[in-house]
Formats: sequence, structure tokens, C-alpha cells
Amino acid sequence: MAKLKELTKKQDVLSPGHRLCAGCGASIAVRQVLSACDDPVVVASATGCLEVATTIYPYTSWRSSFIHNAFENAAATISGVEAMYQSLKKQGKIDKEIKFISFGGDGGTYDIGLQSLSGALERGHDFVYVCYDNEAYMNTGIQRSSATPRGAWTTTTPCGEVIPGKTQYQKDLTGIIAAHKIPYVAQASLWRWNDLIDKAHKAFYTKGPAFLNVLSPCPRGWRFPSEDTIKMAKLSVQTNFWPLYEVENGKWKLNYKPKERLPVTEWMGPQGRYKHLLTPENKSLVEEIQQEIDDNWERLLALCGEK
Amino acid sequence: MSTKTVAITGNGAAAYAFKQINPDVVAAYPITPQTDLVQSFSQYVADGLVHTELITVESEHSAMSACVGAAAAGGRVMTATSANGLALMFEILYIAASSKLPIVMPVVNRALSGPINIHCDHSDTMAARDAGWIQIYSENAQEAYDNIIQAVRIAENMKVRLPVMVMYDGFIISHGIDRVDFLDDTTVHDFVGKYQPNYPLLDIDKPLTFGPLDLYDYYFEHKRQQAEDINNSKPVILEIAKGFREISGREYGLFESYHLEDAETAIVVLSSAAGTTKTVVDELRGKGRKVGLLKPRIFRPFPYMEIAQALSHLKAIAILDRSVSFGGFGGPLFTEIRSAMMEFGKAPQNINIIFGLGGRDINQQDITGIYDQLDEIVKSGKVKERIQYLGVRE
Repeated sequence: MAKLKELTKKQDVLSPGHRLCAGCGASIAVRQVLSACDDPVVVASATGCLEVATTIYPYTSWRSSFIHNAFENAAATISGVEAMYQSLKKQGKIDKEIKFISFGGDGGTYDIGLQSLSGALERGHDFVYVCYDNEAYMNTGIQRSSATPRGAWTTTTPCGEVIPGKTQYQKDLTGIIAAHKIPYVAQASLWRWNDLIDKAHKAFYTKGPAFLNVLSPCPRGWRFPSEDTIKMAKLSVQTNFWPLYEVENGKWKLNYKPKERLPVTEWMGPQGRYKHLLTPENKSLVEEIQQEIDDNWERLLALCGEK
Repeated sequence: MSTKTVAITGNGAAAYAFKQINPDVVAAYPITPQTDLVQSFSQYVADGLVHTELITVESEHSAMSACVGAAAAGGRVMTATSANGLALMFEILYIAASSKLPIVMPVVNRALSGPINIHCDHSDTMAARDAGWIQIYSENAQEAYDNIIQAVRIAENMKVRLPVMVMYDGFIISHGIDRVDFLDDTTVHDFVGKYQPNYPLLDIDKPLTFGPLDLYDYYFEHKRQQAEDINNSKPVILEIAKGFREISGREYGLFESYHLEDAETAIVVLSSAAGTTKTVVDELRGKGRKVGLLKPRIFRPFPYMEIAQALSHLKAIAILDRSVSFGGFGGPLFTEIRSAMMEFGKAPQNINIIFGLGGRDINQQDITGIYDQLDEIVKSGKVKERIQYLGVRE
């Protein structure tokens, strides 16, 4: 397990002074993940909040080599970087140990970048892909993605007279990635920072592709005060909305089990994007969402051999 | 220096050029009529004849994306595609060029969908003409082979440092068996030289950021520099052609003139149709007619002054386009040349002939007919129809 005291001595790869919002989950995710790497890294990023806020020309917040190509191709791009590294290593032109990592938001990962990611995972490149999932297209101003949960308000799933926010459940991306049978897949939370850093360390030091899905609360998009980011991350885990688990060489393992599962309304309550749901007329919808969370949890327990 | 003469398809010749260049990374996706280039190269990889890391991507979009990553990492990178594959790469073509990454990509010309068609025309690469890539068109398998080898040097030249597309006609050249003189491996190896990295991502001691957000305060300056860089490639292309002549005995320039100097009428056409036109020129010259041909080789950067100058003494010219610019004033080649001729005051009479879309054949009679029409224009001093479509049922 990572020791906080030691971690504080490490220089951040993502330096302060970037222009992400106060309370942004993405920058916390990036710093926690990169603190787990003991070797130099080359970072790739999909177009999105992280990229636009950290590389405004002529400035950069990246102390490592960094490449942004386009929105849907962060995985293909890093696969090219990694392939060149393998080629030059094979030819004896480079001997340093270097790690390769790609970051993408949920738009760049669940949606437009899924094909590129699936291809790179199947080809078996030695890299880590991290999705910082803030559950909507936040960079363009809060539009729904396939990671947006059911019932949530976004600007393209507004709450109207007849439709109460997003009508579909979010895609099970972590499950889809696990189905690629890559060596390491995990779901993590900013709140359980030591679990997240351990997972990131495993991801970096597993040969072949590894994937981390990190829920990254977004104060602007979810409508909560910016000092409550970690509280939101905590509620997502304690309500079983965002369970923490890992799939290592095909073996599923649950990493955290709340003593008492909190009701989903505890997770929804502090978030403005769910405000419309907590009314008497939407009670049955909330019950359906609760049922879905409970069913998913039961399935996960079975996969992890917990029952 | 030794050469080997073989009978081989255009794709076979291109794959052999890949093998001799021995790039560090190739990322490619199969598409007709490019497919057997990638197949043949995969065999070279499987047989251990190259040190290339071959990335068999899941789409052309990822092919170009991986090429950008690999080239930025710092090494020699190649790919190849056709038509819809090029269209799928479109977004990343611009990023490759603006990031100044020396990627070399043969494009086997094929009609763009829709409707879907697998045969030759130039709609694919003409659509990509403003992406910032150097574009070189080849007449036959020999030229495809020679141009691919030269393209590596052009792309990687420190004064240029831009991606290069090398075109040859789908099926007509890609699948037709042609006589090709191959250079030996050492000659090619020495000619392309050692790759010189320029700000590689893998130099972790000097970290840098590729692909930043570039707003109204800098973007325009960067685009202006890019415009300058591609124009500066012209002398480099000629210098490299000179070096190539020394190792091969074969002559290359910005364009090829065929019986043009004393001609009264001429055809301007790219790629394989220029070969057919040469046969017709020979035949008509035998009958005492003063006909000629100009075959552009470099389409980007467009050598407008040189081409306009070379055509300025003619009485009438027909510019042939194997693509349509829908709603435009003629095809892309016509627009460029007609505009360039403004530099010389008195321009020859000119017509634009759009031909060969979707692989429709153009034969010697068709080309003879064009020269006959040019004679009539010279005689009457009048152009009846400026933009024409050849060999189509209307």
C-alpha cells in the first residue's frame, strides 16, 4: 500500500497552475494515478477538459512528455508511441524504462473513443488507459454521454414537462473492457486514494494493456459545491452506485463492501442534476434506479465470488 | 550499385520499397486496392526481413492516429491507404501535417463512395489536397517505387519535415504487372539514410508537449509557418531528385514534359493516363502534328509558376481531371493551372475534361479526339464548351 508521507515527496507530473476548475475530479485522478509510477512516463490525452486546461499554448502543465492528438484516438495514439518505443528498444536504440499512459474523459472513452481503445487493448500494447469518468461531456458544457446515469439532468437530457432527464442507464464500460480479457482492469474512486494508487501501480507494472475507470465528480456538471468532490466520490461508493473492484488475469475481486449500503437518494440529494428526481411524482423512477443498482451489486458479488 | 529488373504489380513494387526503407513503425489497415501492399509487407515482417513494428489497427482513423503517435515518439513511420480509408483519416491528416511529422503514405487512388466503387479516380487525394501534405503522383509502378523512396528523404528533410503522400492509380497500376528496375538494398538504405529525430517524445530528459490548445493569439502564425514550410519543399524535392538520378539514372522533376517545347497544343494529365497520352503523342507526332504533354508530378506544393511558364507558349491546352469539384469551376487541376496562367498575361485557350470516374476507361481514341478538338479551337479561336465530361452517357 502507498504511504502518504512518501507520496508527498514525489514531484507531481501534472504541475500546479493548470486551468481546471476548483474541485475538478480529473486533476485529482491524474495526480493520484501518476504518483503510482516509479518510471518516466509519456502521457497521451484525448481532447477534453484535461487537455484544454493543461496545454494552452505557449504553456503546458506537463512535466513529462505529453501528446494530444484528437478526441477519439488517445488509445491509438499511445499505441503508436509504445510501438515506436518497442521498435527502437528491439533495435538497441533506446534502453530506458518508460511507461505509457492515456487519459480520456467518458466522452472520449465510453463513446467516440471506444473503437480506438478496444483496438489498442486487443492488440496488447503495453500501456495504461485511464478513463476519468465525470458522466457527461463537460468540456462542451454538460451534454449527455453513454456514461451519464439514468435520471440525470444534462443540457441535452434536460428535465422537461414530459421527460425527466436521461432515460437510459449508463453503459457498463468496465465490464466491456474486462470482456477484452486484458491482464488488468479496475474501477476506482478518488475517495479511496490508497486503493486507487495501488491499482494504478498494478496497472503500470502489469505487462500488457491495463485499464482504470475512475469516477471523477464534476462540481459544474453535477451541480454541487466545489469543496465536496471527495464527499461525492465517497457517496458513490457507499451507495454501491460506483463499486470498487478489479479483474486481474480474469479473476474478479471486490475491493470494498460498505457496512451498510446507503440508499441512492443519499447520492442524488446533494447533486443539482438530480434535483427534479426527488419529488413525489418521480418516486417510482428513483425506485427503479435503486433496484438497478442493487441488481448490479448482486451480479458483481457473484462475479467476485462473494456469494 | 546494382539493379534488378522484375515484372511486378504496382503494389508489389511499393511493398518492396517499404521493405528496403525498413521503417521503424508501420500502422495500416487493409482496403482495396491498397490491400496487397500491406499483405506483402506483413509477409516481410513475418519473415523477419525488416525490423518494423507493424501495428495492425482496427481502422484507418487509428492507422493515422498511431502513425502520429509513433512519428512524434521519434522514428521512421509509414502507412498506406485508398479512398474511404483516406477519408476516414481526414481529421488526423491535418494533425500529422500541422505537427510536422514526416510520415510517408502511398495512396492507391480509388473513387470515393458513394455509390461505393473500388476502381480508380482521384477524388480521394484531391479531397485531401489542402491537408498540408506534400502530394506526389506516379504514372506507373516504377515511378511509384521511385517516389516512395524519395518521399522518405523529402519528408524527413529538416527544412521540410512534413508528411508525404505518394499516389498511383488503383488497379491500373496497383494490380497491373509492369516492368520495374529495383535498386539494391544497400543503395536504398544509404539513400534514405539514418532517421534524425526532431523533438522526440521518447527523449524523456527533454519533455515536451505535442498538440496543445492553440487559440487566436498563436494559431494563425502557426498556419502561416506551415504555408511557408510546404512551399520551401520545392527546392528540396528537386535536390533529392538529383541525388536519386545519380543512384538510378532516372530523371524526376516537379512535372514531366513530353514533346512540349515545340508543341502547339497539349494535354495536361496526372498519373497512368499520361502513359496512354504519350503513346498518342508519338503517333500524332509521326503524322507531323505538333502535340505535347505535361504530366504534373508534385501537386502539393503546386509548382504554379513553373507549370504556367511551361504551358505559356501553347495555342490551346486540355487539362484533364480524374475527379470532380462539385459546384466548382472545373476540376482541381484545371482550377490550379488556369489560375496560374494569369501570371503570364496571354494564356493559351483552355478546356477542362473530366474523365475516368470510378475506373471508367480512357483510351487512345479518346485522347486523339481531345487533340483534334484542340486543333479546332486553335483554328476557330473559340471554345464551345469549357468544362466537358469524357466518355459518359448523358
